[in-house]
Amino acid sequence: MAATDSAVDLSQAMRLEPVLPADWLLVAPLIITILGGALCLMTRKNTAAQPKVAIIFLTLLVLSCAGLLAHVLDKGVVTMVAGGWLPPFGIAFTVDALGATLALTSSIVALCAAVYGMTDVDNSGRRYGFYPFLLLLMTGVCGAFLTGDIFNLYVWFEVLLISSFGLLVLGNERAQLDGAVKYALLNIIATTLFLIATGLLYGILGTLNMADIAIKARGAGSDGPLMTVAVLYFLAFAMKAAAFPVNFWLPASYHTPRIVIAAVFAGLLTKVGVYALLRIFALLLPEARIALADIIALVAIVTMLTGVLGALAQTDVRRLLGYLVISGIGSMLAGLAIGTTPALAGAIFYAVHSILVMTALYMAAGMMRALGGSYSLRELGGLYRASPAFAAVFLMLAFAVAGLPPFSGFWPKVILVDAALVGGHGWIAGAILVTGLLTTIAVGRVWIYAFWRGGPEGTADGQLVAFAVPAPEAVGANVWLPIGVLLGLVVLLGVQPEFMMQVSGRGASTLSEPMGYLRSVFGGVAR
Amino acid sequence: MEAALSILIGLFFAVATYLLMSRQLVRILLGIAILGNSVNLLIFTSGRLMREVPPVIPEAFQVPPGPIANPLPQALILTAIVISFSFFAFLLVLAFRAYQELGTDDTNEMRVAEPTGEASPPQGY
Repeated sequence: MAATDSAVDLSQAMRLEPVLPADWLLVAPLIITILGGALCLMTRKNTAAQPKVAIIFLTLLVLSCAGLLAHVLDKGVVTMVAGGWLPPFGIAFTVDALGATLALTSSIVALCAAVYGMTDVDNSGRRYGFYPFLLLLMTGVCGAFLTGDIFNLYVWFEVLLISSFGLLVLGNERAQLDGAVKYALLNIIATTLFLIATGLLYGILGTLNMADIAIKARGAGSDGPLMTVAVLYFLAFAMKAAAFPVNFWLPASYHTPRIVIAAVFAGLLTKVGVYALLRIFALLLPEARIALADIIALVAIVTMLTGVLGALAQTDVRRLLGYLVISGIGSMLAGLAIGTTPALAGAIFYAVHSILVMTALYMAAGMMRALGGSYSLRELGGLYRASPAFAAVFLMLAFAVAGLPPFSGFWPKVILVDAALVGGHGWIAGAILVTGLLTTIAVGRVWIYAFWRGGPEGTADGQLVAFAVPAPEAVGANVWLPIGVLLGLVVLLGVQPEFMMQVSGRGASTLSEPMGYLRSVFGGVAR
Repeated sequence: MEAALSILIGLFFAVATYLLMSRQLVRILLGIAILGNSVNLLIFTSGRLMREVPPVIPEAFQVPPGPIANPLPQALILTAIVISFSFFAFLLVLAFRAYQELGTDDTNEMRVAEPTGEASPPQGY
């Protein structure tokens, strides 16, 4: 036995040198959220301590994600493999600027939600696990952004999905159960499609490591079984991302849970689907992306337009925002359809913008409910008098989601329209601009009805209806702080876009010129 | 062996798709269960079926001497089984609670979150 052992050269299969301290940053987000989630679960009966524990761990998460992004910007793409087994055998965590940026943005949103949840989630909601679910949802979201292994991506998708189920039914109301049935069934079918595609992909290429797939799929052509896999992936992640025509679970369910949960969902879940589409079609299967470009473009345009038209037809503010989430997904898919490096950068920037602004808008809807007592555009009114500052905040967020300057939505749309025109995709550019106009109308209507009008529907011109004074904690610092932080980031990205443009450009060039990604995984070994 | 299993997998997918298109929640759940199993079988089959040869490399060799069943898909299936089982358990409870609260298992009649015949949004300013 000893003779055969010494004959095996372990350095061919394993990394024998110890893991560098900086490499622990790659898995720190997962360790922090799992530990925090477990601690919250153990102390879930202590409803006073829950938010504090969660906020401490989510702050650590934000710090570790920021450290990770700085590390990636400094060193380029970084890789850590489980157990030291060399790729493609060990499960790799490979982080580039795209994954790190989205993980950082998501963790900021989760921290804001934890603060908002101190007001919005009552003791029963805490006892049934709002904070553990939130932290475990972040495990899934961060894991999906950071992993470099496609089956591992499937596992993180399931982690975030099961946590989102827990959050969605928290409170057990009739509408929630109704929405959750549709959400759960369609999302499970989508992850099953993802699993089918991954099984077939392993059968074709014999590997699950993303970098290895990227190498082996290049030159494999865009016909034959690999194309089937690509179409299955597109369908699965389009369902996850709520692209037309597989988006109907989103407006059926996002308005049913507590508003802070809807805010987290609107910010994070669909963007994980978009991230997976970017990763798979830009990095892993670029030839399939070229073959499917026209279909992706069509889906993007129809998603944008049906999303915003749906928003125009809504009375409930939350459902209106749900349709705007869908509309934004169309813009990101447009970047994927064009496929050039600037277009991918635009899609990444748009994803960051959409995560921040959609969460902030849902939180603002919660504030509207606290001030005006309803989510219905028929019953809201006169909120400008109730809180002029909040009216200004909402107007800024509305401009941001419509893509007006000087807010965060402006620059990604500029990049995308420019990339579309350069690439000769006039229809996509036109659709983005028309969507921007219609979005302005949709959110402008909310502002006119809810803020400008004197009172609920039927109030005569010039008449001012008095309304009940809201409970002080419902419009207190726990609500203002997260909305303020998100609005601050939205304005910052609007007036100082250089940093985000540079970061999303780095992320996009890793996707379209993957040498850095591959070298990080395989250590420069020619294969 | 693979050919026979492939036909069986295709049959499973057909049955699952048919059940998923039903309006009754119970049938949809059965469809989900069959769909999950057909995916597991698909991955299992794509990893080569070799009943007689254990996937163990003899001491004198560096690589397996002949074709063996790939053990990795079997590990993937183990993960997928656990996940689909837990999801199915959640779905069963969810469907039962939805039936209790909504009084129907017909998805066409589950309209609490999205009521039919909603009034159009305000149109004047």
